[in-house]
Amino acid sequence: MSNTTIGFIFITIGLAFDFLGCLGILRLPDVYNRLQAATKCVTLGTCSILFGMFLIVGFTGGGIRAILCIIFLLLTSPVAAHALARASHISGIKLWEGSVIDRYEEDRIGR
Amino acid sequence: MNRFTRYILGLSVFIGIFYIILYHPLDILIYPKLPYLDFLRRSFFVLILCSILCLYRIIKGPTAPDRIVAIDIFGILIVGFCAILGIGTGRGWYIDIGIAWALQSFISTLALAKYLEGKDFDE
Repeated sequence: MSNTTIGFIFITIGLAFDFLGCLGILRLPDVYNRLQAATKCVTLGTCSILFGMFLIVGFTGGGIRAILCIIFLLLTSPVAAHALARASHISGIKLWEGSVIDRYEEDRIGR
Repeated sequence: MNRFTRYILGLSVFIGIFYIILYHPLDILIYPKLPYLDFLRRSFFVLILCSILCLYRIIKGPTAPDRIVAIDIFGILIVGFCAILGIGTGRGWYIDIGIAWALQSFISTLALAKYLEGKDFDE
């Protein structure tokens, strides 16, 4: 298989993960569950699309900038998701009523 | 509107959107110079479908963090859109738009998280 075929396979995987992540944003019942789906959408979806673009284009300007964009997304997206989850918990968003355990609430009360 | 009616309505909407993706009867994006025209047009339709799902969550979201999550994922989808445009047209500078958009989305998400938390921005 040539590089172009492998790149299109990567782009197809990325599109599938993007679709599943957005379906999770639409269907899951809670803010925290939606964040859990959304982070999959970033790291496996769009990073896979960018890596497929790197495989197709090669070592040109666009390909190297795609690698830089992958590194940037992998560094920043978990930070944003963690800050958002912490902020929503502090600002008093309730968990879904089917949730089992809430360790962060126990830590904040016991402190 | 009971549960069965809603199920049938959602199923019909999804079947219609997948029909558009697979057979593309609408020629919305006409780019005659793209080398891999069919595949890229279908991936455009997939990303537009994902954006419509995110827009529903932005409009209907019950709380503020729901909307922030959906806006963040909307920006990430735009990065993927720019990557696919960069493949098709062979111009590398489309990914620059993606990098700038990702940076702006990250900063805005952090600022909105701090605002929800009720603290000052310089903490």
